[in-house]
Amino acid sequence: MHRTGELYGQYKTLEQQKETASLGMWIFLVQEILFFGGIFLAYSINRHLYPTAFGIGGNMLSLPLGFANTVVLIASSFTMAMSVWSAQTSKKQLVPIFLILTLILGCVFLGVKVKEYKDKFDHHLIPGHGFDITYCSKNPAACHLEGKDLADELKEIKEGVEVEGGETALNAHAQLYFSLYFGMTGLHALHMVVGAGLLLWLILEARKGRFDANYNTPVENIGLYWHFVDIVWIFLFPLLYLINRHLA
Amino acid sequence: MSATTTAASEHQLPREHYLNATYGIRSWLLTTDHKRIALLYLASVTFFFFVGGIFATLIRVHLLTPNGLLVTPETYNKLFTMHGVAMIFFFLIPSIPAVLGNFLIPIMIGAKDLAFPKVNLLSWYIYLIGGSFVLYSFGTGGLDTGWTFYTPLSSIYSNSAVTPAVIGIFINGFSSILTGLNFLVTVHTMRAPGMTWFRLPLFVWAHYATSLIMILGTPVIAITLLLAGLERMFHFGFFNPIYGGDPILFQHLFWFYSHPAVYIMILPAMGVISEIIPTFTRKPIFGYSFIAASSIGIAVIGFIVWAHHMFLTGEATYAAIAFSFLSYLVAVPSAVKVFNWTASLYKGSVSYDTPMLYALGFIGLFTIGGLTGLFLACLGLDIHLHDTYFVIAHFHYIMVGGAVMGYVGGLHFWWPKITGRLYPEFLARAAAIILFIGFNLTFFPQFILGGLGMPRRYHNYPPEFQVLNVMSTAGASILALGYLLPMVYLTWSMRYGKIAGPNPWPATGLEWKTDSPPLTENFHETPIVDWEPYDFVHRPDLGLAGAKAPGKLAPAHGDD
Repeated sequence: MHRTGELYGQYKTLEQQKETASLGMWIFLVQEILFFGGIFLAYSINRHLYPTAFGIGGNMLSLPLGFANTVVLIASSFTMAMSVWSAQTSKKQLVPIFLILTLILGCVFLGVKVKEYKDKFDHHLIPGHGFDITYCSKNPAACHLEGKDLADELKEIKEGVEVEGGETALNAHAQLYFSLYFGMTGLHALHMVVGAGLLLWLILEARKGRFDANYNTPVENIGLYWHFVDIVWIFLFPLLYLINRHLA
Repeated sequence: MSATTTAASEHQLPREHYLNATYGIRSWLLTTDHKRIALLYLASVTFFFFVGGIFATLIRVHLLTPNGLLVTPETYNKLFTMHGVAMIFFFLIPSIPAVLGNFLIPIMIGAKDLAFPKVNLLSWYIYLIGGSFVLYSFGTGGLDTGWTFYTPLSSIYSNSAVTPAVIGIFINGFSSILTGLNFLVTVHTMRAPGMTWFRLPLFVWAHYATSLIMILGTPVIAITLLLAGLERMFHFGFFNPIYGGDPILFQHLFWFYSHPAVYIMILPAMGVISEIIPTFTRKPIFGYSFIAASSIGIAVIGFIVWAHHMFLTGEATYAAIAFSFLSYLVAVPSAVKVFNWTASLYKGSVSYDTPMLYALGFIGLFTIGGLTGLFLACLGLDIHLHDTYFVIAHFHYIMVGGAVMGYVGGLHFWWPKITGRLYPEFLARAAAIILFIGFNLTFFPQFILGGLGMPRRYHNYPPEFQVLNVMSTAGASILALGYLLPMVYLTWSMRYGKIAGPNPWPATGLEWKTDSPPLTENFHETPIVDWEPYDFVHRPDLGLAGAKAPGKLAPAHGDD
């Protein structure tokens, strides 16, 4: 059994085995970039085509929740890096602690995402027959909109209808924005779920004290994956939440 | 049987090899041996080849008469779609890499296995899962969108079983990605002592280039099909004009993978040809480094030609000019290969064994396919030829005349290594010639049909095209015979063929220095490479000075 980093049959040395695993992970991340690349391209083109509708869509997102999630995710990257450092310096007790912290932060992120998705559902912003970008401006109470926010919203929608040439067109293009929003954040969240599963396995292994300065390839490689998923969010947050944001 | 006994006096099968190391169904389904996984792939891609082949047969029979002989127009749409999907995604793309590449790359570089043997097995299971989804789609209403899945037909209007097919191809993509990843890492980190980059067999260089495309291209088709699938299932409007989405964006993303995918299919075949030619000319290949570099060149340039599939979609004129120019440019590295192969023949002692027949066939057919590609890259001419049978003939010359010829030739070339036994040479040569004749009779008339304006994907045609269509169908039946023959005699030879010995040709690669069939670990001890690739002269171990060498040896440096 492969317990503490013994040599697999196809390799000659442990160094070769480690180098191979690391190269494999990097190449895997390269294909991940191309995978996300397709949907980022679709986003960029449509953002360029429909800046007004996409601006309105972006303003429907909750900036506080998005910002909080960004902080949570950066913190999780820090704890992940700490667990890699703990393994590399043979602080065996610290490895699972930092991994558990990372997992908790990851779950917080996903929890906030669920809350955001639910709000979009309540606000009729799920692509499909029920989609209505004007719902909140027509039913301010359901969206907890009041005062200046409501006035801004009404003004924005009115402008949007003018620029896009009618409410139907605005609604359609805003729906495209939300298709991309759910596609991109959903794909990202799916990667987080996979990452959480990997972390769970890593925690169970780390509690057995498997990872130290001699053998820490899984911590390092899953760490790479975790950082990659974080970086995707670092791009998603400004693209989806921040462009055209008018600050009160 | 008498042949077997006389052969046994010359050579014997090694006592222990990868085929008899362990027995039982579990030892196959849970194997991590790259050679056994290659055989699992061999069985599965052969299955899909026959599925696709049945659809092709039905298409050709249907087109015997101007109004169509066999099926309704709707069914005809399904036939050509399912033919394309089965052949491209489940036969051509995995064929040479996952069967021959899987079997040979570790042995050729002197490794015990690929870098990630479990990932290798995983990729086969992913292929099976993807394949099952697609077969489910075929069995429950079929698929009528064309293998290209253009939106909005695929995402909104088609009533056929698009969703499972899209899911199946999405899943199958990861099998291809994992294979490419495994090859790249293996070539980087698993080479034996002395196996420098410029001693790598050209087969390995070709697979390195192929793997780059698999890694960089396949994820893009995955996300594209995912978006199209979301549009179909959940009304997300990525490509739907009703929501301001752009169907042309789908085509761009689709071809960003699917044009390089053509090179996933042809590059490995070029690798096979580069191995066969030096072996049967007894001469170092001409321009080794140029052939190696041209593989990488094709992979790189192949990524920036995709929009030549879309000249008629109303893309910007200047974009079209750029893509036209780049498409001409990709012909340069391809031509570098063809010229080097033909130069390798010069002053070589050429013998016409079966693999060599396939290699020579490949050079001719690939050249025709490549040159007709230049017609299509020409902006003005493409307006006339776009979506006609000229296109069909062009890419079948590349895909069947090129990729499949390379695959079948490679199977023959390495069959003694895979099974330890030789196939019946006379039958094999006959099959190669039958294939060549059948292929040309099937597809050459289609060039003419296309030039005359017969559009592709139509279930009927004007009566004046009938003669050429009947010729094509007649050719297809000869072609079918040419494929069935190797199926029969290769299977026969697994049990009754002459024992091959380690190096029956003889050839220079590392794979010929180990037993046939090889050990599970490939070599008794790690080989050390101290010779240059394709060097016949400084290799006394090949025994070429003796009576077995057909013809005289070429000069030490074949480049003069």
